[in-house]
Amino acid sequence: MEYIELFLKSIFIDNMVFATFLGMCSYLAVSKKVTTAVGLGAAVIFVLAITVPLNWLLDQYLLQPGALKWLGADYADYDLSFLSFIMFIATIATMVQLVEIVVEKFSPSLYNSLGIFLPLIAVNCAILGGSLFMQSREIPTLGLATVYGIGSGIGWFLAILAIAAIREKIRYSNVPPALRGLGITFIITGLMAIGFMSFGGMLTGGDEAPKEEKTVKVEEPKNNTDKELANNTKVNE
Amino acid sequence: MGLLSKKDSKLILDPLADNNPITIQVLGICSALAITAELKASIVMAISVLFVLGIGNVVISLMRNIIPSKIRIIVQLVVVAALVIIVDQVLKAFAYELSKTLSVFVGLIITNCIIMGRFEAFALANGPWRSFLDGIGNAAGYGLILVIVGFFRELLGSGTLLGFPVLGNPIPGELSGLYALGYENNGFMLLSPMALIVVGIIIWVQRSRNKTLIED
Repeated sequence: MEYIELFLKSIFIDNMVFATFLGMCSYLAVSKKVTTAVGLGAAVIFVLAITVPLNWLLDQYLLQPGALKWLGADYADYDLSFLSFIMFIATIATMVQLVEIVVEKFSPSLYNSLGIFLPLIAVNCAILGGSLFMQSREIPTLGLATVYGIGSGIGWFLAILAIAAIREKIRYSNVPPALRGLGITFIITGLMAIGFMSFGGMLTGGDEAPKEEKTVKVEEPKNNTDKELANNTKVNE
Repeated sequence: MGLLSKKDSKLILDPLADNNPITIQVLGICSALAITAELKASIVMAISVLFVLGIGNVVISLMRNIIPSKIRIIVQLVVVAALVIIVDQVLKAFAYELSKTLSVFVGLIITNCIIMGRFEAFALANGPWRSFLDGIGNAAGYGLILVIVGFFRELLGSGTLLGFPVLGNPIPGELSGLYALGYENNGFMLLSPMALIVVGIIIWVQRSRNKTLIED
């Protein structure tokens, strides 16, 4: 149950693009055609599914305060968490290279469809963002981290697929000249994000009140301030 | 500008308007949108990027002849990551509350496309001084948009600027300023989708003023 909850949550509620704006650069640049969007989306799912659990292991056994305990009692006090940015990004960059080589070797057809997107992905904020959110939300197990990676990837995939389909159609509409291209894409994304906000109620109802608290803990940081501010204004009103 | 030649000052001034990294080159959107609900966070983010991009451009430019082109992406990532760690540690030490607000978005400066974009497009082909100016210019263009978006979102969303109430007192019973006239804050401006729409409007305004920028 926990798994399904986190899975749905990372796809819809904490959608990478609509809730946290991660991977916007490639989202805007590669969404002109549906076919290329699908290619990049698939590559993102693939890489997130590998790097998030890998970085979870790194975080757990190397970076967290006290994570080096397995080396012996002398190392129990070490806190290497300030190194996490550099470790995560290095893991991602090497994994992307490695995946590229492996895929090229074993599945040339997959390489032809994914290959050109893989180097782009090393600098996609969605990938690093996935690992950093995994760290800051303190996801407890390796299994959940994998589910989180796959879920976020699918969420990103859905987003880029949707915007690419809309952009293909919007060419036939009469958009004000100054908004054509980038401007209208931003505004549509904004409207889609408002739509996705309605998923926020998805996991809050029902008779599973105690379980819900658990997931709230997992969610934590991100829009906290936004929500607090929104609450404040509500009180003020 | 007596200090800078015409060509050099163009490097700084161009990205502020007609070649703005966010609205024209479409780089670095990711972090630009998420943290602009408050003006203060926007300003801090702008300064952080200014620091990272300015120094990073110089470092990459100094190393440009010794980096093998095959592994240049990893080298660039390491340079940025090191600089971002410095920013992160400084923020944690001197502005802890703010670093909590920015949460993972400080770390995401690493994958901010503006930085990689400028390294690839400029620093690898130009000397340190010009790269520095280019970095400062682009980061300033980025910061400008961030500050504009942050300004409107905070003003319309919570009626404050940098935390100071500028539109009067909204507490019921002691209303003052605009609120006494029946004005209400638009809490919607604080939600993330509005950031996208505000940037969309900025792009609209800019392209209406300068027709050459219109895409077809």
